[in-house]
Order: sequence, then structure tokens, then C-alpha cells
Amino acid sequence: MPYGPHTAGDRERMLSALGIASIDELFADIPTLLRAGRLDLPEPEPELELAARLQRMAGRNRTDLASFLGAGVYRHWTPAAVDQLLLRGEWYTAYTPYQPEISQGTLQSIYEYESLIAELVDLDVVSASHYDGAAATAEAGLMTCRATHRERVLVSKAVHPHYRATLAAYFGAGLELDDVPLVQEGDAAGTTDLGALERLLADGGPPVAGVIAGQPNFLGLIEPMAEIGRLAHAAGALFVSVVEPVSLAVLAPPGAYGADIAAGEGQPLGIAPQYGGPYLGLLASTDALVRQIPGRLVGMTTDVNGKRAYVMTLRAREQDIRRDKAASNICTNQALLALAASIYLATIGPHGLRDVAAQGAARAARLETALAAVGAPRVHSGPYLNEFAVRVPDARGVHRRLIEHGVLAGLALADVLPDEPSLADALLVCATEVTTDDDIALFASGLAAELTGPLTGPLAGAVR
Amino acid sequence: MSVVGERLQPTLFERSRPGRGDGKIPHPPKDALDRIPATARRATLPALPELNEPEVVRHYVNLSQLNYAIDTGFYPLGSCTMKFNPKLNEWAARLPGFANLHPLAPDEIAQGSLQLLWELEQALAEISGMTAVTLQPAAGAQGELTGILMIRAYHRSRADTERDEVLVPDSSHGTNPATATMAGYRTITIPSASDGGVDIDKFQAALGPRTAAVMITNPSTLGLFEKRIGELLDAVHEAGALAYMDGANLNAILGRFRPGEAGFDVMHFNVHKTFSTPHGGGGPGAGPVGVGERLLPFLPSPRVLSTDDGRFRLERPDERPTSIGRLRSFVGNTGVLVRAYAYIRAHGGSGLRQVSDDAVLAANYLKNRVGEAYEIPYDRPCKHEFVASAAAIKKRTGVRTLDIAKRLIDYGFHPPTIYFPLTVEEGMLIEPTETESIETLDAFADALIAIAREAETDPELVTSAPHTSPVGRLDEASAARHPNLRWRPMAGAETPCPD
Repeated sequence: MPYGPHTAGDRERMLSALGIASIDELFADIPTLLRAGRLDLPEPEPELELAARLQRMAGRNRTDLASFLGAGVYRHWTPAAVDQLLLRGEWYTAYTPYQPEISQGTLQSIYEYESLIAELVDLDVVSASHYDGAAATAEAGLMTCRATHRERVLVSKAVHPHYRATLAAYFGAGLELDDVPLVQEGDAAGTTDLGALERLLADGGPPVAGVIAGQPNFLGLIEPMAEIGRLAHAAGALFVSVVEPVSLAVLAPPGAYGADIAAGEGQPLGIAPQYGGPYLGLLASTDALVRQIPGRLVGMTTDVNGKRAYVMTLRAREQDIRRDKAASNICTNQALLALAASIYLATIGPHGLRDVAAQGAARAARLETALAAVGAPRVHSGPYLNEFAVRVPDARGVHRRLIEHGVLAGLALADVLPDEPSLADALLVCATEVTTDDDIALFASGLAAELTGPLTGPLAGAVR
Repeated sequence: MSVVGERLQPTLFERSRPGRGDGKIPHPPKDALDRIPATARRATLPALPELNEPEVVRHYVNLSQLNYAIDTGFYPLGSCTMKFNPKLNEWAARLPGFANLHPLAPDEIAQGSLQLLWELEQALAEISGMTAVTLQPAAGAQGELTGILMIRAYHRSRADTERDEVLVPDSSHGTNPATATMAGYRTITIPSASDGGVDIDKFQAALGPRTAAVMITNPSTLGLFEKRIGELLDAVHEAGALAYMDGANLNAILGRFRPGEAGFDVMHFNVHKTFSTPHGGGGPGAGPVGVGERLLPFLPSPRVLSTDDGRFRLERPDERPTSIGRLRSFVGNTGVLVRAYAYIRAHGGSGLRQVSDDAVLAANYLKNRVGEAYEIPYDRPCKHEFVASAAAIKKRTGVRTLDIAKRLIDYGFHPPTIYFPLTVEEGMLIEPTETESIETLDAFADALIAIAREAETDPELVTSAPHTSPVGRLDEASAARHPNLRWRPMAGAETPCPD
């Protein structure tokens, strides 16, 4: 066994201390009929061979493409310090800090995480982390129902489709979830339809507990968040803002436009894409909702000698204390990823984070120009930050063929929003500070080749 | 000497000095944000700390040293399976091909990860005796919710809509009843039998046409195998209900008991327990869920499928309308699952059985030793963990289990899980795992025995412990009465900065 310390002699000593001849005797309480046979699994693999196997498997993934794929998960530069610090065993091999006297590192880091995210979202209470943006959004939806004693939530169709699907699953047990449609035409096309929202809030159906909208929305567009919040509040509902954390360096924070709850995906804060996780569910609320927020909370306090110290607090919300009356069943969370986000923010600072967001916006503007020049104009006309949809005939086919050109051309929107005919031939593309001019040129030339035949002269001017 | 570092740190915010830290990112053009309307812009920069990299590194290295961790010592937390976290697995998860792959990457460029996930599903199905496995849930509790939502969908698919109760034993993890509530069910709590096990007769009496599911942890949270599990499962199915197995204690029964084979309909795995993925100070984990035939149609979407040409693909969103949908974004915590896969390959079938054999042997050996000074309320062969009680010590000396736990810190050990399960007075749930040497087990037992002696001779020494940690016991009452949950210059100033 690769990691076990016991020699044959050790096992012998333990057995003789127990007065038994064989380990089998310790399993005698498993009824004979229910005992397992031999597990049909491969033989144990020595580290040398296993390492080679894992390297081969990782090599079968292609991560060499010029990527314009975002759609909720973004490539960013992560300062080398982040992973170096995460690799300290004192961080990643510790358990949940139930013994605060010997867990002050984790506890202070969570308190600092809560404080950093509170600054970003401009709300006072930040939960110590949830599984991901989708689960955090679902928890936010449930929070609005508990807080208002209502059972219906409205979610904008411009919220990430996976988040809406997750909300639907979490709400499957008796709560009602309705979509707010998108504006179909004009300058506001692709954003939440305020008129439809107003009608839904007053449609005579069950009263609405919460309204959920994203900023920027799934299509990369800027939403009229203050308006959405005003309509929600006028109907006695709470307002949930689904945020992308890097954008909060430059976009108005949820607290500034009256959101009661902010939820979102923390992955852009120094966390690798990893084909789906582990990521970081952000969840924050106003002080008024502190007893409704699910997940761990760490507070600053003092020890018996008056020394500053940190401890998990307000635990009467949690499952191990309240069981069936708990605010959520969450136990294991994403503490190490919250630590990654904190180290990222501490290293990059407020000016650095602003630069990341603004650099992404600048790269995206270049991308827009380059794609428009080869015949792929934007689908919508409203303002965007660093992600937008472009019109491309046979988007799915072009997307597939561009892989041969070395380009991952974002996301074919028909794959995730099949019921939006206006997006049937559209690619959702993004740029960040790591997107290079060469990447953009490769995308534009590949797309030109697909759309109009081989590239000709004027394009170079378009991408410079 | 303290078992952890002693250099308390000021907050990041107190370290901040305007103007520090720059140079990680090229400066953007000045007009980069001009297209964003002023109403949507942030008025002032967020008040994040301004620090340079050396300061950040010292801050986090010093903070890390305030933590106890498996890499620094024995961590016998019952129910948590704090085994060694192999370093190869950290290396593997960081391979660029795994780490940099976008979760929406087309299947054709994700064949390595898809193959790994598919093979891991097969391995978990084999280990558990289940028909199929989903890797989507992010943690055990989300796995529970997945399982109970599938059970709900199963009953509905049969137009069996009167079932609104979930039965759990009183010794269960708190996540079980909390999950039942989230899934819209009422929890019926069944008291334990006098031998600490599930009270089969009381369960049978509570089962009926309103029972949707029972949730059982086996071995139980007392570390005891439910001998009459076969009978119970028969009764559950007789009543038309389904049986959920909480797999938190799987580390005791690898290669010895396969829940699916025994008749459980669904179970979750805590890969951050059984399969050694690091706990990370509270997460991340992953909570794959295995199902039998009955629940197969309801598995979350997307599943990982193998195709005839030996390749792999993700199920399309609309491919299986019976699915309960998704519980989170994307396919799952793949980075965690890479580690679990590596662990299972490193051990193979024989190694996994040896894991459980050694974990159970170590727990029984330690139980014997701890029994020299503490009561063992259910004194029969345990599985991977056992409960000891300090009730008699408390009666004689006033020293509580909490005090003994804190005193263990002075002896250099992380305390066991205390006051869980709630059914044992002054209980300590002790789980040594298979990766601790006999010398460590003896040293820990010696420490507990010495503390029991101190309780008699110098109780004040124990009740005022720990004496060597960087901070003493905390004022949890005022933390809850006046919560300070984020840094504000004024709030922080009330509490002296450590340096």
C-alpha cells in the first residue's frame, strides 16, 4: 500500500493486543450474505507509472488553442505567488477550523476574504464560500423565499443557463421559478425586459420573493440594474445581483444599486479553469439578512486574555446545530478557493484589479473590430465589458472548423440557449488581459477563411 | 512549546499603504472603459489593501503556520477521515492539460479529462456495487441533495405523490435532515437502539405509505456496522420507499461491503474523506453519487458517455428528459476528481481493501488503548472510528470532554470530534485512519491517558487549557452577540492589533 506505515510486525502487534488472529474477525459483524467479493479494479500502480499515465491523459486535452471562450469561466493572469502559497500543507491539509486555538490561520484568512469581497460588492455580510456561482445563485434564491415567506422567484433569461438550470433543480421541491424574457430588438436587445418584469411582478400569480439578474449578463451586456432593483422592491421582493468579481473593479457594485444579495462565480480571482472546478461560489447580503445567509461565517473576537482572535460564529444557522431547521445543508465548502481569491486580490491590489478589468475591455474592443472587419458583427448594440455575441452564419460548424485553425471561437450560443431564435447563429466570445494581438489575428484570419475564403490584405489593418 | 506557530498577524487592511504593489499587469489604454455608461460605472475604486508581494507572502506564510494540519501532525477527527494527502495528486491536478482546460471546451479537445472522469465513474460503481455514478455534486451535502431529489423524481414518475417523509436515525450527520428539508420533505428522527445501532423495530414501525426515503450511515456515526441492515433494507422496499446511504464512513468497508449490492438505492461518496483529496481548511470536496437501476433515469445531466469508437462525450442538455437537471455549473469539481482518480489507481482493488483493513485495525487498537482510561460506551469491534466518553471523569472531577480536547493541544495533537454524535454523553469520536503509525497511535493514547490522570490530580490545568497555543479559548458569546464579520477601520481598532 503506497501510503500506509504498517509493517507486518506492526499489524501482528496490533492483532495480538486485540487478542485476535486475523483482521477478518473485525469484520465478522457484516452478514455473510452481504460480504463483498474481490473488487474488479486495476492492479495498484507505482508512482512512476501512474505519473506517466496522468501526464498522457492530461496531454490528450488540448489547451494550446487561442481561446475566446468565457461564458462564466475566464482565463486570467494569476500571479505566481498565489499557487506557491496555496501549496503549503498547513493550508490545504487542514480541516474546517472547528478548533480555533490551532486554526487561526484559516480563520483569519476567511475573515479577510469576507472583508475583501464585502469591499468588492459593497455589502456587509459575506458567506465563507459556496460551491460555485450556480449553487450560490440557487442559495440566494432560496434565501429570498425564507426572508419574505414567499415561494416564487423571477430570474432573467440573461442569467447563465447553468445557473438557471441549477435554480430549477433546487426549486423543484415546491417553489416556483419563472423566467423574465430578453428584449428582442433595439438598443436594449439582449438585456432583461423591464416591461415584462413589471408585468410578471403584478400578474396576479403568487407574490414574488426575489428577482435575479446578472451584471454583466450572460451575453456580456450591461443591464439596467438600478431599474430592475427598483421594480423588485416596489413589489416587495428582494433583489439578487449575479456578479463577475473582476468587473466589480470598474462597474457599480451591488450595494450601490440597492441589491439585497450578491451571488457569483469567484473563479476569475486566481483560480484555474480545471474543466469545471473546484471554483468559488460568492454569496453576500445586507446586514438585514445575516440570519438567513447560508454557509459559514467567521467573526473577529477576543480570546480569554483579550487578545484579538477569529472564530466561526452565528452557527445556529448551520446543519450540524440546527439539523432540519438549518438555513442550508452546506457543510464542506470551498475554503481553499476563497484563500486563492484572497491571495490574488492581496497581490494584485485595487489598481491591478482595475487594470485587469480595463485591459479586458480594451482587448475586447480590438476583437470586436477585427471580427466585424471579416464579416462577423456584434449581435447586440448595447454596451459590454469584455464579452459579446457576434453573428456568424452556421455558427456551430464554423466553431468546430476553427479548432483546426488553432482557435477556440468562444461558445455557439445555440448550444446553451436553444430557445432563443435570435441567437441561433451567434458565437459568444470574450477577451481578457491575456488575449494577445496574435490570438486575435489568428481568430480573424481563420474566420475570414471560413466565411469568405482565404485572407486578403486589408485585414492586417483591422487588427492592428 | 506550541504545536503551531505563534506569530499572529495584523489584517491585510492594516498592512496596506497607498502606492504599494504594481507591475503585475500592463496598464490599459486610458479610454478602455469609455463605452461603459457613467451610471453603470463604479464611482471609486474598491478599498482593497495595497501591498507588495514580499509582504503578502510573509502574511500568508505566517498565517499558515498558525494552522494545525495533516502535514504537521495527527488529526483524529471522527467522521472526517483525515488521512495523508498524497503529493503526486497535487502535482497531477496542476498538469497544464488538466488545469487549463475550459469546462465548455468541445468534447473533441477534452478527451483526456473525459476519459479520466469516465474511468473514475466505473471505479466508484465497482467499489460501491452501484449501477452508475454521477461526478457532478460538489460535496457530500450536495450529493445528498442530488440523491434525495432523484428519489423525489422517482416517486413522482410513478404518480406516487403522497410520500412526504424522510426517516433518519438520531445519530445521523446534520446534513441528512437539512437535506430532507431542502428537498421539500419532513424529517422523522428515529432514536437509536440501546446497542448504539439503528433501532430496526422503531424504523419498521415508522415506515409507511408516507415514507419517501430512509437515510442511513453505515457504518454508523458511532463507527458500528449495522448488522441488521439487510432486514431494514427489505422493510424499506416493502413499504415502497427507497434507501439512501450516507457514504461518509466508506473508509471502513472498501472491498468488504458494497452498499449497492446489499440493496441501497443511492449513496454519495466523500472523495475528500475516503479518497484522500485535501480538505483545504473546509473545502473543496466532491460528492459523487452512485445509483441502482431504479434511479438511473434521474441522474443529473450531463453524464459522461463512452462512444462506440472508444472516445468520450458529454450528454447533451436535452438528451435525457427524465434527468433531475443540474445541481451546479459544468461537469463537476474535476480538479478534485483527478486527485481521487490518482488515489484509486495507486491503490488498485487490493490496496483499497488494505486501506479499510488497516483503518479498522488501527481504530480497534486505539480503542483498546483509550479504554484504559475512558469509557467505551459501545464496546464491540468498531470499524474505522469509535466513541469514547469522559462522562465518568466529568462526574468525578468536573472536567469536561471539551477541556480534555483543549488539553490535547498542549500535548501536540489535534483534538478528536467532540459532542458528536449527539447521542453520547461527553463523547469523543476518534478516527485514526490507516496512514498513522503505531508509534503515533500509542503517543496519542498515552496523551489521553495522561490527561485523564491530570483531571484527577490537577483539574484546573485541564479546564484552563490550552496553555501553549497562540490564542487561548475564544469569547464565542460576544462574537455572536456583536458580530464583526468584516474589516472596518473603526471596528478593528477596538481590538488591539497583534503587532
